[in-house]
Amino acid sequence: MTIIIDALRAAVSIEAAYFCLTAIGLNVQFGFAGLLNFGQAGFVAVGAYGFAVAVASFNLPFFVAILVGLTCTAILALFLGIPTLRLRADYLAIATIAAAEVIRLFFGASFKEYFNGRDGVTGFSDAFQGANPYSGEVLGFRPDDFWVMTIGWILVVLSSIFLWSLMRSPWGRVLKSIREDEEAVRSLGKNVYSYKMQALILGGMVGCLGGFILALGQNSVQPDNFSSDLTFIVYTMLILGGAARIFGPIFGAVVFWAFLSLISGILGRLTEGGDPVIPSWLMTDDQVGSVRFMIVGIALMLLMIFRPQGVFGDRKEIALDAR
Amino acid sequence: MRLRIAALLALIMGALLLGGIASPAASTGTTAPSAAPQAAEEKITVQGRLINKSTSGQTNVAGATITVTDASGEETTTESDENGQYSVDVPYEQGDLTVELDESTLPEGVALREGARNPIKVKVESTLPVTITFVLGPGDRQVASALDQIPQNLYNGLYFGVILALGALGLSMIFGTTGLTNFAHGELVTFGAILTYTFNATFGLSIWIAALLAIAFSAAFGLVQDLFFWRPLRNRGTGLIAMMIVSIGLQFFLRNIFQFFTGGRTVNYREYITPPGITLGPVTYTVRDLVLLGVAIVLLLSVTLALSRTRIGRATRAIADNPSLAASTGINVNRVITIVWTVGTLLAGTCGVLLGFSQSVKFDLGAQILLVMFAAITVGGLGSIWGAIVGSLVVGMLIEMSTMVIPSELKIAAALFVLILILLVRPQGLFGRRERIG
Repeated sequence: MTIIIDALRAAVSIEAAYFCLTAIGLNVQFGFAGLLNFGQAGFVAVGAYGFAVAVASFNLPFFVAILVGLTCTAILALFLGIPTLRLRADYLAIATIAAAEVIRLFFGASFKEYFNGRDGVTGFSDAFQGANPYSGEVLGFRPDDFWVMTIGWILVVLSSIFLWSLMRSPWGRVLKSIREDEEAVRSLGKNVYSYKMQALILGGMVGCLGGFILALGQNSVQPDNFSSDLTFIVYTMLILGGAARIFGPIFGAVVFWAFLSLISGILGRLTEGGDPVIPSWLMTDDQVGSVRFMIVGIALMLLMIFRPQGVFGDRKEIALDAR
Repeated sequence: MRLRIAALLALIMGALLLGGIASPAASTGTTAPSAAPQAAEEKITVQGRLINKSTSGQTNVAGATITVTDASGEETTTESDENGQYSVDVPYEQGDLTVELDESTLPEGVALREGARNPIKVKVESTLPVTITFVLGPGDRQVASALDQIPQNLYNGLYFGVILALGALGLSMIFGTTGLTNFAHGELVTFGAILTYTFNATFGLSIWIAALLAIAFSAAFGLVQDLFFWRPLRNRGTGLIAMMIVSIGLQFFLRNIFQFFTGGRTVNYREYITPPGITLGPVTYTVRDLVLLGVAIVLLLSVTLALSRTRIGRATRAIADNPSLAASTGINVNRVITIVWTVGTLLAGTCGVLLGFSQSVKFDLGAQILLVMFAAITVGGLGSIWGAIVGSLVVGMLIEMSTMVIPSELKIAAALFVLILILLVRPQGLFGRRERIG
């Protein structure tokens, strides 16, 4: 019973909100614009680090730091988009994943006076927690966590409403038609390159909001938070929920995160104690983490093979063929 | 279809179970010494020895000043004696101790090595003596080293590049014939290394037999993978991007299976781990490395020769050029692709076997060089055979040379940065053709 309650708590936790925002950002790029961005982790990292360093090292006010984070992400998108958006989909994928890895290594190994190497940046959430209206535990969550959760889910709702209206606008329609047939859109006199760039920037900035939530939720940012695994977990979530659907990434992130938590809960229970249900020669509790990620891999493969449109998507709308 | 995929997964599981039987279940962590009961008069000793290590030998460094600052900010100063030793007692207090070496008191010609920490911070948790080592060396080391390092770094880069070329060639061949950007290729590299370790260390076979077995298993893995996984997907008409994402799923799955069975430990083969170095002019090499280099070069040459001279090789290149046209001339496209998968995985597995000697075997051995392989084949030109080899050599040398200017943690980043740069100025790479980039 506690396992199920833990899974439900995971479904609304800080991590779930963080994955939601990251997946919503990816949805703009991959779902609506058809851009194969494999470097979402890099966008999130730059946003989170920009915000954290602005407060921790330069003592900037909270909202200025947020702006710094968003600007950093936008600049990264601009720099990355200029060389790669003209290339074919798989080149974009390789370039973005390489950029994300460069960014992670860079944060881990240089400017240690600002980034603190692998230990990461801490001590930037005082202003945010100072505005915390909660004082006692809420629904079993610590007040600090619940405050981050509140803001996180508000951001999820706001960005979803924003994207919903944006995708119904002429701008959104052009974006979707670029995904369907780039040449046709170009022949209508639209600047495809500029639309793709705007989508990359917008998606990166929404993902960056997720980075803020993660940073505030765990009170630190570390380079290892932003490995390529993050990008691929988010892809699994987005494809599960259904790309190119407003509700897809939210559903995918919440359900998948709760599911992973449920699996670890069950496996943890089965392997714990002196005489575990699963014999220890087969599996120990140290190995639960690996099994979790194996499930991510299997889920991604099965979804992609049998149901690439996910739960809510429309198969015709998924841009999955190289052009 | 579903059955076939299930069968493949079961097969992989089986092969790895075989490999993992003997892997110890868990590494017992060392328990930290519990904090001693606090008493006001307790002292803690900070000690160490200052030694000037140079190529000609060691000398003790006397008369250098060491300052220890405890958690409450109180400073205690001491000097090293004629043996280079120093020892100082400070009041015991939980918290951070800062130990600083005054560099101006070091004798002439002695300096901290570049990158050595000073001051050093330690966390005090018990009253056990704390030993602090400052890394010292001759003061002139920096000036002489930069140029001296070039030949050695070139050799290291060449060595890494040749081994990398094995993996990159397989990746490029698979991309050329099927159009698939295989993100699980790094795991095929790890596969070879982990199997060699298993046969060598767990089953106690000689390293040569273990390596040959691992390479044979790699080829079989490639064959099975194509027959039961990729070919059905192609026949279903799964798009290239969809297959690329499937390969990411496969990467996740395989990497974590490896982690499941090795427990995230770093392990080594039993033999030829630290062979004696031979110095020839400015370069130090080992006989082991030369043998491995020879194996890799022979393998690379035979594959490239086979591609240009044999019927299958010509068929492979024809398919890479235009699959439909190749099929219409009577080439059995599926059969050739299966052979390419087998050879490509064999090459990747061999790359892993060889990497396992110079680096240690770990579950993410291949995952760490996946992007470097991408960089290599992008520099050379995606799908080009010679491009993969030349690109690997360029990237390998670049990685090793870059350590002279940037921290070595960032050397992979240098390769990836070049990857992005190449995409910016010449997306088709050195040997690629422009029509491929779309």
